Amino acid sequence: MANNKIKKLTPVQQEYRQLALKRQPARPVGVNCLRAFVVGGLICTLGQGIQEAFMHFADMTQKEAAAPTVAVLIAISVVLTAMGVYDKLGQWAGAGSAVPVTGFANAMSSAAIEHRSEGLVLGTGANMFKLAGSVIVFGTVAAFVIALIRFIFGYGG
Amino acid sequence: MTILKGHQSWLFRDKPVILSAGTVVGPFEGRGPLQNDFDIVHDDSLVGQDSWEKAERTFLEEASKIALQKAGLTQDQISFYVGGDLMNQITSSSYAARTLAIPYLGMFGACSTSMESLAIASYLISTGGAKYALAGTCSHNSTAEKQFRYPTEYGSQKPPYAQYTVTGAGAALVAGEGVGPRIAAATIGRVVDMGITDPFNMGAAMAPAAVDTIVSHFRDLGVGPDHYDLIVTGDLAKVGYEIATDLFDKHRIPMHKTRYRDCGMMIYDYDKQMVQAGGSGCACSAVVTYGHLLRKLSQGEFRRILVVATGALMSPLALQQSESIPGIAHAVALEAPDPILEKEG
Repeated sequence: MANNKIKKLTPVQQEYRQLALKRQPARPVGVNCLRAFVVGGLICTLGQGIQEAFMHFADMTQKEAAAPTVAVLIAISVVLTAMGVYDKLGQWAGAGSAVPVTGFANAMSSAAIEHRSEGLVLGTGANMFKLAGSVIVFGTVAAFVIALIRFIFGYGG
Repeated sequence: MTILKGHQSWLFRDKPVILSAGTVVGPFEGRGPLQNDFDIVHDDSLVGQDSWEKAERTFLEEASKIALQKAGLTQDQISFYVGGDLMNQITSSSYAARTLAIPYLGMFGACSTSMESLAIASYLISTGGAKYALAGTCSHNSTAEKQFRYPTEYGSQKPPYAQYTVTGAGAALVAGEGVGPRIAAATIGRVVDMGITDPFNMGAAMAPAAVDTIVSHFRDLGVGPDHYDLIVTGDLAKVGYEIATDLFDKHRIPMHKTRYRDCGMMIYDYDKQMVQAGGSGCACSAVVTYGHLLRKLSQGEFRRILVVATGALMSPLALQQSESIPGIAHAVALEAPDPILEKEG
């Protein structure tokens, strides 16, 4: 897609693009990767800790503990979002705070808070999935495709 | 009287006067290096309202009222109110105009609205079409994030060339007579689109428009950079500023004969504030010009300056339909008040 865009540009625009690119500071990819690794890893470790706690103190099996663990992580993320902390964490940690379940909770709660001023139904309700909606749509599509492949090749039970 | 000079510039023969100006900013701008130049620094960016949009409007109402108060005038004495902002349907300005109840001309030039509205206000005064005209604009970091980017609390990572929308408002009261900085000329810019598609890289999208307007201004009025003590662009920030400097060199414009600065680089402290490339938004050039630069003109530090407000005429919808970002810039030439200009000139 990007190449098509460039082809449409006039020679002067292409020349300018080169000049502008030279002045565009690069994203610090190395540092970003490192921070994403550390923060993403810490969030996952926290999740593991919560799961262990549920298993240890509430006598749950590993499977039973999964749902309440996710619920606790979501609650933490929503509270941090509401307190205005999660966006600052996101700027620092990048993908590290975006990828885990907390990132999804942040995407939903931030949109919900943002559009509260337009009312509960048309504001919060209608906009809550503004960012997260496409994840659900394409997650479902991907699941369908995988299920279809399984079905065709007869792996399904 | 206004004379059309060259292709796209107005020379104001009788030089309209900026009688007064009002600037109101949010807490983040209040921690920047220009904090003492603003009339009001709010410590709450919601200013007691229940939405960011209403807060933005309140900023503009306050800035306009301060400008009126300083000049000792009331709303009913003002012929026209000229203004705009970044919101869809220029909501903030229109609702502020509802409060002010001054006959209203709404305009949209994205972040170039500050100088676009000042140029039109000066034109109205200069032609005798208005006795007093108020030019105002505003922007709010949270409303801009909400409309153009992501929810304010969404944890996305901004690239180092992104810009931070200024929360604030600036208004200037223009008249035919009186004491204050004068408006000598204005150049209305063309839309220049060099094919930039990254909505975070607005400096690169706007820099060619800024250079085009500045070059046109020099050509139309037959002057060079040395005519001005200072030339400022509105909100190119670090990346756009460097590109503009490259373009001036390429076109052999001797910008070294003047001081060239950018409002987006003046309003924040890069060391202490996380603003990536610098400031942006309608209020960026408005509060820096009306708060900081007019003061410098009145103090005699500068005699002639050229303010070139830059705007990215960006629509999130057009971008999603694979369009690029058009840029525009409008220039207004300001002069120190008469006593200073005559004394030193």
